Amino acid sequence: MSVDKLKQTVLGLIAVSLFLVSGAVLAEFPLNLTEGVTPTSHKVYELHMTILYIVTVIGIAVFSVMAWSIFHHRKSKGAVAAQFHHSTTAEIIWTIIPILILVGMAIPATKTLVFMEKTSDAEMTLKVTGYQWKWKYDYLDEGISFFSALAEEDNSARQRDSGIDPATIDNYLKNVDNPIVLPVDTKIRILTTAADVIHSWWVPALGWKRDAIPGFINDNWTYIEEPGIYRGKCTELCGKDHGFMPIVVHAVSKEEYAVWVEEQKAIQLAAADGANREWSKDELLEKGKSIYSANCASCHQANGNGVEGLFPALNGSAIVNGPAKDMINLILNGKNLMPAFKEQLNDTDIAAVITHERNSWDNTAKDIVQPADVKAAR
Amino acid sequence: MSEAVIHDDHNDHHDHKPTGIGRWLFSTNHKDIGTMYLVFALIMFFIGGAMAMVIRAELFQPGLQFVDPQFFNSMTTVHALVMIFGAVMPAGVGLANWMIPMMIGAPDMAMPRMNNMSFWILPFAFTLLLSTFFMQGGAPAGGWTMYPPLVLQLGDGFPFLIFAVHFLGISSIMGAINIIATVFNMRAPGMTFMRLPLFVWTWIITAFLLIAAMPVLAGAVTMLLTDKFFGTAFFDAAGGGDPVLFQHVFWFFGHPEVYILVLPSFGIISQIIPTFARKPLFGYASMVYATASIAFLSFFVWAHHMFTVGMPLAGELFFMYATMAIAVPTGVKVFNWTATMWKGSMTFETPMLFSIGVLFMFTLGGFSGLMMGITPVDFQYHDTYFIVAHFHYVLVPGIVFGIVGGVYYWLPKWTGHMYDETLGKWHFWTSTISVNILFFPMHFIGLAGMPRRIPDYSTQFTDWNMIISIGGFAFGLSQLILVWVVIKCIRGGEKATDEVWEGAHGLEFTLSSPPPFHSFTTPPEVTDATAHS
Repeated sequence: MSVDKLKQTVLGLIAVSLFLVSGAVLAEFPLNLTEGVTPTSHKVYELHMTILYIVTVIGIAVFSVMAWSIFHHRKSKGAVAAQFHHSTTAEIIWTIIPILILVGMAIPATKTLVFMEKTSDAEMTLKVTGYQWKWKYDYLDEGISFFSALAEEDNSARQRDSGIDPATIDNYLKNVDNPIVLPVDTKIRILTTAADVIHSWWVPALGWKRDAIPGFINDNWTYIEEPGIYRGKCTELCGKDHGFMPIVVHAVSKEEYAVWVEEQKAIQLAAADGANREWSKDELLEKGKSIYSANCASCHQANGNGVEGLFPALNGSAIVNGPAKDMINLILNGKNLMPAFKEQLNDTDIAAVITHERNSWDNTAKDIVQPADVKAAR
Repeated sequence: MSEAVIHDDHNDHHDHKPTGIGRWLFSTNHKDIGTMYLVFALIMFFIGGAMAMVIRAELFQPGLQFVDPQFFNSMTTVHALVMIFGAVMPAGVGLANWMIPMMIGAPDMAMPRMNNMSFWILPFAFTLLLSTFFMQGGAPAGGWTMYPPLVLQLGDGFPFLIFAVHFLGISSIMGAINIIATVFNMRAPGMTFMRLPLFVWTWIITAFLLIAAMPVLAGAVTMLLTDKFFGTAFFDAAGGGDPVLFQHVFWFFGHPEVYILVLPSFGIISQIIPTFARKPLFGYASMVYATASIAFLSFFVWAHHMFTVGMPLAGELFFMYATMAIAVPTGVKVFNWTATMWKGSMTFETPMLFSIGVLFMFTLGGFSGLMMGITPVDFQYHDTYFIVAHFHYVLVPGIVFGIVGGVYYWLPKWTGHMYDETLGKWHFWTSTISVNILFFPMHFIGLAGMPRRIPDYSTQFTDWNMIISIGGFAFGLSQLILVWVVIKCIRGGEKATDEVWEGAHGLEFTLSSPPPFHSFTTPPEVTDATAHS
């Protein structure tokens, strides 16, 4: 093939790919970092754009010189090679100029970093704990505490060959069962840590992410300026369902936040009361089913058959059909890959899920476990 | 040939090649071992590439269609391990084996038996690694960085992963020692250090990096092994350890590793660009010093891979400044290559095209690297597709293109035949177009908030991911052209001259094409004029 024909083909290919891209302009093509809603995120966005502009200008300059040379200094145009191979002046110039540019970048970067690291004078504290594969939030000043996992609708759709089109779900994979509610115009300290492996807590609109590391606590802060719903994701590979533990922040006015806090306190009191009474089988089964799908199904599967070689089946299991006491201990304390649930679930939750498992599928135990039994085993 | 008379040696004008499988199994010849390294790297490139195709197929649209999340994580993990340790590093060592003795005027490598061993460890190491796919618990799925505690959750494959990494480290260290011994002891008379071809220089520096960095990796994974099986708690906070300690130790290896991968590619394009510009390399001495300072600085920037673990302000500032400093010598190299082309008399054969590809696209990867070196903005970029775009830009069009350019450049020398130039150009253009469709949009989805290492994503990323996957499949298919070109070239073609290229300089081009089995049995004389012309 001649060079001309090759050129034509290449130009043709470029044209086709441009057409493909332009034909799809109506589709969604997100391009850039969010500006966010906190003083930090604004500074980070500005810094990002500044550096992006600087490297773009440098890039255009350097690539233009290369391109000029490629087009003009070619043998086919009769160019004769010069034989210079050294210039101390040039070398000094292109060492000094980049150093000056870098210093120019380092100054605003240092200022922003110093600003971000000032975690003092917070008005409230939220502790975030990463679990495989959900988040736990503790409002340390209010005594409120809950888990937050992928919402059930998203969870069904994301199963392999679920038959549910993700496009039918708003904010697919960015919905949770229990969102965090935070007040605006408040300096909030956010502590990150983890219970099992390393996770990373990231809400882009807040302007940073920070690892959640088991055994250590990281200190961060935020100050949300606008009410709204802000969504984020776990950003440190944390195992099988790393892609399925989103974060949702509801930022509300201080008044609405105060109302929400009172509601949550009432709910927690009711839950604590629940542990002290007898539950009917139907109540336990109903609660147990939802606890199972939120906490157990990702490994043991919705049908209780587990995954061969990785996660044991609960359907027909000797433990599930054996004495309830052993089962309570196993769930409280964990075993091998199975996490200890004593921090994650309360007495009622554990009683309900055990009751659900012993009465489901082909299991024959069919008895019920009361919250009081779990409490006694702790 | 006068050397036959001088040495009264039986072997030097007959190539006494052993025959059959024994020629390869017991080989102590730098060319045969180099060939085996290159073929091994090519096979691994396709195995790792097949895993990338699985990843791109699953990410073609949202929802899970083909694989489960755990297997997806194994794909990303093993893809990286195979590409880094199985494809890029062995390809670099293969080129070093083939070219260094010929470039410095030596008959062979200094330690031929160790050379054999360092190659033959590789197939065993990868058998260990890839066999984990058939074990209970599956293949490694905690990322190629093997961060605890996650990596400790791996099933039966765990010790196989650790021992595979040990073997790979041993192989690399032996290769590095061999290269250093060869260059320090077997240079032809007059081949002083400052007359060495740049490819040899970059490899000496790479070899020192390997010797310094690989034992650190071995130490890190050994601590993982004892944490898992012998009750130690190096990385377990409950026993007084620290999971972040592993990351510090790993990246103390990991950042120099980045330069272990890239420096040989820098060396290759420093050979190719002067040849096709018909002009000496601009700033030879500053190239050497810039390479050495990049290597030196690479030991002081490791924590920029882990800004988000929560370091003290002083630590974050130190690693930010140190990282930015690397831009200076890297810039010097880019400017020197540009100045080499400036006022040259250029032609654009395939090796030159790939080198210019490196020049443009490595620089692009350098820009995103600089952006991520800025700590406060890295808090947004970290662990998103922005970093995936960055390291693939430096690794694929930066390093793989350099290696492929080197293969095209020296293939006529190795085989004695010219390769098919039209096919070579097709390979370049299809690769260049598809690699940009593949990796450029990753910058956008990364900035817009798509985390890396996820098997399924939110629907606003759908359109970009489809385009990226199409680019990925096209890039994968384009590489079949390379196989076609190489096979065709081995089987025949236009006879290559000794010089191969009009503007080629260097001792390797004074030998016949293909060169004799034992490269230089009598050392050539090197003068300043021949070295830098």
